[in-house]
Amino acid sequence: MSRFIKKTVRELPSSGIRKFFDLASGMKDIISLGVGESDFVTPWHIREACVYSLERGYTNYTSNGGLPELRQEISNYLDRKYEVGYEPFSEILVTVGVSEAIDIALRCVLEPGDEVIIPEPSFVSYKPCTIMAGGIPRTVPTLEANNFKLLPHDLKNSINPRSKVLIMCYPNNPTGAIMNKEELLEIARLAEEHDLLVISDEIYSELTYNGEHVSFASLPGMKERTVLLNGFSKAFAMTGWRIGYAAAPADVIDAMLKIHQYTIMCAPITGQMAALEALKKGETEVKKMAENFDQRRNLMVNGLNQVGLTCFEPEGAFYAFPSIKTTGLDSLTFCENLLKEEGVAVVPGNVFGDCGEGYVRCSYAASVSQISEALDRIERFIKGCRKKKGICATT
Amino acid sequence: MEDIKIRLLQVLEQNHRVSTKTLATMLKVSEEEVKEMIKEMEEAKIILGYVTLVDWGKTGDNDNVTAVIDVKVTPQRDVGFDTIAERICRFPEVKSVYLMSGGYDLSVMIEGTSMKKVAFFVAEKLATLENVQSTATHFVLKKYKQDGITFEDDEKDHRLVVSP
Repeated sequence: MSRFIKKTVRELPSSGIRKFFDLASGMKDIISLGVGESDFVTPWHIREACVYSLERGYTNYTSNGGLPELRQEISNYLDRKYEVGYEPFSEILVTVGVSEAIDIALRCVLEPGDEVIIPEPSFVSYKPCTIMAGGIPRTVPTLEANNFKLLPHDLKNSINPRSKVLIMCYPNNPTGAIMNKEELLEIARLAEEHDLLVISDEIYSELTYNGEHVSFASLPGMKERTVLLNGFSKAFAMTGWRIGYAAAPADVIDAMLKIHQYTIMCAPITGQMAALEALKKGETEVKKMAENFDQRRNLMVNGLNQVGLTCFEPEGAFYAFPSIKTTGLDSLTFCENLLKEEGVAVVPGNVFGDCGEGYVRCSYAASVSQISEALDRIERFIKGCRKKKGICATT
Repeated sequence: MEDIKIRLLQVLEQNHRVSTKTLATMLKVSEEEVKEMIKEMEEAKIILGYVTLVDWGKTGDNDNVTAVIDVKVTPQRDVGFDTIAERICRFPEVKSVYLMSGGYDLSVMIEGTSMKKVAFFVAEKLATLENVQSTATHFVLKKYKQDGITFEDDEKDHRLVVSP
């Protein structure tokens, strides 16, 4: 029936992660460093609050924008943590994860042919969502030499009269890069100069290990051109609940709400009840988890560097993004061979954009013993690679 | 106390088998510093010991019974409950002793090879101590969770092997 499928979707490549997933999920006894979610289970008080809400019969629709109490708490949280003020009922929209928010934000601003600037390596959905919304993605490579930060100079070179949106994702998946206030200010200046709308995906904002996260919307004059996206998945270990939110000036939220109300109606109430509990009482748990990630980050980065995969020190999220260039293998071959020979799953860097070639993403959301064992196996694998390379060179 | 020591204690409290080398990497200090801090805290009796939580029931040849005993005692002038508590602590059968608020004074946990032996211990050794007014013995039927660890934990990792 493929003749019925429209061209844009037919030509859209399926996610590279998907292919690798199929390969990995058929194997037994593997250690996975390929997971894009926390290894913590949602804290019990949050799960318990959700069960209690079910017992009390909260099984209905909520208002399109989300539970009023939840939007109020989100507003308080954003103000308290990042010093950005949003009116809870006209400037905040509760969505089905940040994923939905990315989609509807792009759909309500892009005219056919509008360009969206996407720094890469980056999360896999920005590009396809842009294409499906009729826009044209213009990717900007970020480099290890610059700590995977977006340089103003590179941004400037990618701007043209068709540029409309800039997508920012810091702390970054997959590199773990963050951007500090001074660096963001330079980006903000360019956004202003060229009248760009900035969609800032700050889902990893609670997981920074070197100073507090700076929200793009908190920069002078930026609230008026920013759609701030955040959610509960990473900070509160709530990926499967699918609750995120968008915060933006009322006219943008109003437009997003139109698409949201006709396609989603509202985010599931059970998840919203859990999110409410998370914001009210979850702060201690978030801190504990972040501290725990920080320790494992040190273990992972140090270990990778020791086995000979040079690794930039990530300052946020829960990923390390080491270079595998010394092995002489491309990312996909490296990952496939590592999986087959040593049973360790990591993700090829190029699924996050072409400039991710030569890198792999290793998640440290795994136990200390798993990380240590995985590092041993990676070391053995790399020694094997070197040997083979040596043999090839001599013959 | 210094932040680094607290973080070290938090890791050790969860798992004391993590090597000093790994601890040093995790906490971003040198291995020597880790060893030094551990030694210092052992000497200061901040770290009192390293125990392994064993589910003896699974070994098949251990039918030990555990009892929790509520003990009412008469506090003594100047020393309060301390002298009597320290005395109770000396018995090797005694696993833990806590001073409690509420209806009784000391909560004493005892382990013995049979119910009879525990009962005799209470009747002969504990109840007869001077200043002990009364005892109430409760036998443990099943342990579900101890020191933060659940005995039959079947929580698996449900995550997909690879995800974006």
